Amino acid sequence: MNEDVQSDVQRFLDRLDERVAERIAAQGVEPSWIAARRQAGAARFEALGFPHRRIEEWKYTDVRSIARGDFRLATDADFSPATAARLTLPVEAHRLTFVDGVFAPGLSQLDDLPGGVQLLPLSRALDENHEAVGGPLGRLTGVEFSPFAALNTAFMEEGAVLRLAPGTVVEKPIILQFLSRAGEAPVMSHPRILLEMAGRSQATVIEHHVGEEAAANFTNLVEEIILDRGAILTHYKLQEAALADLHVASIHIEQARDSRYTSFNLNLGGGLVRNDLVAELNGQGAETNFNGLFYGQGRQHVDNHTLVNHNAPNTFSHENYKGILDDRAHGVFNGKVIVKRDSQKIEAEQSNANLLLSDRAEIDTKPELEIYADDVKCAHGATTGQLDEEAVFALRTRGIDQQTARGLLTLAFAGEVLEQVDLDAIAERVELAVAGKLPERFNLAGLVETAVALNEE
Amino acid sequence: MLEVKDLHVTVEGSEILKGLSLTINAGEIHAIMGPNGAGKSTLSAVIAGKDGYEVTKGSITFEGQDVLEMEVEERARAGLLLGFQYPVEIPGVKNIYLLKAALNAQREAQGLGEIPAPEFMKLIKEKVASMKMDTSFLQRAVNEGFSGGEKKRNEILQMLVLQPKLAMLDEIDSGLDIDAMKVVADGVNSLRAEDRAILLVTHYQRLLDYIVPDRVHVLVDGRIAKSGDADLARELESRGYDWVQEETAA
Repeated sequence: MNEDVQSDVQRFLDRLDERVAERIAAQGVEPSWIAARRQAGAARFEALGFPHRRIEEWKYTDVRSIARGDFRLATDADFSPATAARLTLPVEAHRLTFVDGVFAPGLSQLDDLPGGVQLLPLSRALDENHEAVGGPLGRLTGVEFSPFAALNTAFMEEGAVLRLAPGTVVEKPIILQFLSRAGEAPVMSHPRILLEMAGRSQATVIEHHVGEEAAANFTNLVEEIILDRGAILTHYKLQEAALADLHVASIHIEQARDSRYTSFNLNLGGGLVRNDLVAELNGQGAETNFNGLFYGQGRQHVDNHTLVNHNAPNTFSHENYKGILDDRAHGVFNGKVIVKRDSQKIEAEQSNANLLLSDRAEIDTKPELEIYADDVKCAHGATTGQLDEEAVFALRTRGIDQQTARGLLTLAFAGEVLEQVDLDAIAERVELAVAGKLPERFNLAGLVETAVALNEE
Repeated sequence: MLEVKDLHVTVEGSEILKGLSLTINAGEIHAIMGPNGAGKSTLSAVIAGKDGYEVTKGSITFEGQDVLEMEVEERARAGLLLGFQYPVEIPGVKNIYLLKAALNAQREAQGLGEIPAPEFMKLIKEKVASMKMDTSFLQRAVNEGFSGGEKKRNEILQMLVLQPKLAMLDEIDSGLDIDAMKVVADGVNSLRAEDRAILLVTHYQRLLDYIVPDRVHVLVDGRIAKSGDADLARELESRGYDWVQEETAA
């Protein structure tokens, strides 16, 4: 490591030391297992440093804007209630809100949790019964997963814990809202999410990352999701962070027999975004669905790395990622499927389609299949293109100008992912956001509203 | 309303239209007939502004404006609308988006504001019903997965909503069974008005039993070889096109 890189790493480690000292002063000594994990995380991060582009997994994503940043840790969760109300999804839900990583009880809604549901901030879960958290925490995402996972482990103190008892079906969605503030100095947060769903339980979790427009903070999320037999989870990750926000997320899902995980990884915001999704299909009949949409403009950089491990026979994975890139935006898609030996009768489908709206936009897409079993059904494909000129002409012959025609077709491209979304509030929000990003020559948002109104009649 | 004078058009180096002249007045329905390859579709494509057609000579004026100088969308907003022989499928673009965007573009060009939502809903439902289409069509992507007949109905639906001054319908009868043709013909007849003209391009006389034209033109080898009234279409039906070609050659 050269000196600059070393001093970058040291800056983060210094912040950690400060934080640990503060915490001991305020709350006394932590349970020894937490302190030990923190030390392991710090040691691993110190040894690895921030990833650089010579590492295959980070070839297209330059994280220097994170490494060189000087981020503080937020100490309060003050947030304008009016702004919060505007940013919050209009969905009746159980809700945990965090402001720059700090739990905000006033913006949370935990009153009417049904039986069999435990939903609470990580800090409280640790206070109440830290040993119950110690077992699963870090089992799926260890410090060796990436330097960011190690850094998260070193800093972890807040986040969300959701536990569902066997057979519990949560009717209302559960929203985990992460708000980012525009402050004098940038801050960082290292949220940790743990979802443990017992047999046959069902839930919809919406993870919503959003904030003030001028925010320029660093979020480094680690999320571990454990689905027991027959559990069903629909997981929306709606990332609408400010354009100067930096966002890294590592999400691991472990699936037992007959469980079903459906992800909608929707990325509209953020200056630098990296998502890692890893599903372990460990029992027969387990199914995972990865749906993704990313829209980059300006100099946004959005990197999605997904991995599905078919560790058992008769497991299924379906993946459909779509990217829209304008201006000088850069997208990365890496989708890997690994079929273990003896994982027969599996089905894996993967597709990534990208639309480039500008000559200077860039996409690096790499589907990868590694198959060590012989009786499998796998398909993958990636396409990148521009808009269909024949369709543009057809729209223009109806009086629709060139820009609006292109806007409609772009919206249509995104719509193919949104059709799969069951929650109207999310589909409409994303559709409006995509429409809003398009040239404002014409009121596309008005069109979407018209279609919604017709639908409601 | 529309005046085409001595139009010469080249496609990929070969001349397709070789001095075509045609005048259409408001209130009239004209039919252009002719054998395959005579240049029928080229005429409507050039008027609509499709790429790949080079006008080497002649002019097209619409209400005094030089059509060839206008952008594709300007032509549509001025009231020149083409119904396609093969309507394009536009995956993901809902019919209702197209209709509203197109109508508002036209209104904007006329200095009107956007159409109020309730008014739009009322208009659209009425037109959909008159084309014997279900309102679910509005939420479906434009022409995607539509049958041949549904695509043609959808073209006419667009005409009914946009109310063009000149509606050009290119082989609107192709691929239609008799019931669908009646619906399409009723739609076209309902467009008939004193201040509107309709140009039908068709290979078969059959359509003209349902939409009776004021003038019929026979296009042979890039020129109008013969013009007449609706009787000419019937004569072509019984005698074919050869005699016109022979007459022209003589």
